[in-house]
Amino acid sequence: MPASEPIIRLSGLRFAYPRRPEVLRGLDLVADGETRLGLVGANGSGKTTLLSIVMGLVRPQAGTVEILGRVCRGEADFREVRPRLGFVFQDANDQLFCPTVADDIAFGPLNLGKSRAEAARIVGEVLGSLGLEGFGDRVTYDLSGGEKKLVALGTALALEPRILILDEPTTFLDERAVGRLEAIIGGLGLPVVIVSHDAAFLDRVTTSRLRMEDGRLVPVS
Amino acid sequence: MGLAEQQSGTGILSRLDPRVKLAIVVAWSIVLALAGGFPGALAGLAGSLALVLLARPEKPGAFFLRLLSINAFLVFVWLVLPFSFSMPGRRLAGLGPLVLTWEGVLLSSRLTIQALGITAGAMAVTSCSTVFQLMAAARSLGAPEKLAAMLALMTRYVMVVRDEYERLVWAMRVRGFRARASLHCLRSYANLAGMLLVRGLDRGERVHAAMVCRGYRGRFYLALDRRLSRLDAVALAALAAAVALAALADACLGPWA
Repeated sequence: MPASEPIIRLSGLRFAYPRRPEVLRGLDLVADGETRLGLVGANGSGKTTLLSIVMGLVRPQAGTVEILGRVCRGEADFREVRPRLGFVFQDANDQLFCPTVADDIAFGPLNLGKSRAEAARIVGEVLGSLGLEGFGDRVTYDLSGGEKKLVALGTALALEPRILILDEPTTFLDERAVGRLEAIIGGLGLPVVIVSHDAAFLDRVTTSRLRMEDGRLVPVS
Repeated sequence: MGLAEQQSGTGILSRLDPRVKLAIVVAWSIVLALAGGFPGALAGLAGSLALVLLARPEKPGAFFLRLLSINAFLVFVWLVLPFSFSMPGRRLAGLGPLVLTWEGVLLSSRLTIQALGITAGAMAVTSCSTVFQLMAAARSLGAPEKLAAMLALMTRYVMVVRDEYERLVWAMRVRGFRARASLHCLRSYANLAGMLLVRGLDRGERVHAAMVCRGYRGRFYLALDRRLSRLDAVALAALAAAVALAALADACLGPWA
């Protein structure tokens, strides 16, 4: 598939939580193989909701979600496309639930029907690409915040995704950990969509920026 | 330290296959639970102590302290069972309407031996494995997937919940909260408990969402890539012999020895 074909295409999304005003009001977004996009916006403006809709964790009340050319309406559609979207949660503790780092990274590939040997190979590759060789047997709970974040990123990379979606990746991280994360994201060559309040971080890893305003995305000058 | 890596036993038992360990725990617990008299119970306790020796817990002091704390319920057995109102029999001693009976004291003693034996044995053997090895073993022996998953997630998140609890308690303390016997204090603890539940629920939902994003469809893939070794075979044979011996002791020597 050529790089210019959209990986994610959202159109006319509308969404409101029960008994709350609408957070998304006809939102459109396109991300392709070249996208390095930062999403900004006030707290509660609907950024995380937007990501949850892309991943099919919540369903919009109106509008369409199209992923890799496939219009996703129900769980069955999303189940097929989710592994192509490498989603990293804000709190790595939510993402890392296995006893050891290797178990956690292997979880996705095993779900996708890979053999144990293949999963082990992927674990080795992913740890190598993160500069975390030898971390396989470490207990996820005992990792530092920065290491946890990198391993969480690794669990997404293990799915061999077409795009990375990061929700507030720099929260809880010190400068060194942020620097490491930056270098890795920059070196992967994958398109990214990053929600963040960290303007300096977005300056360094993204090339375009949109702001959530009144339930829509508007370019940031 | 996370529960997940808690493996304090360093002895020969730690080299056994986790399935064999489970077999030992189950078989020995049954032997002890079914012991009808002192010979059987004491044989069981001796076996459990042998298991402790074979497990060689890293910190024996901590091990026995934990053994006692787990058996704290025995206090209630001793508070109720030895007296004539629950166990009629020959009078041993008495204070007013409270009469201590021989039968009651003997039964309480036997229960104490059995309870200590079962927990000592089970703790010794399981301390030689990580929780996840045991889980994988249980799964491969046919335990339901849901049960295994619940155990896995519980051991992973109990520490996270404890951290959350500690953060909340600290947040209360820095605002001048002190534990007192007052309504305000009780109300604050209720709020704390409620908040932990709400956060736990939220976290559960986020963890599930994160799993779904990685293609989770209700199946766990627990690895147990090993075959039974010669040592495992020896251990199983020894287990069978020990079970037979204990059963024999129990049957032949009767309740009194």
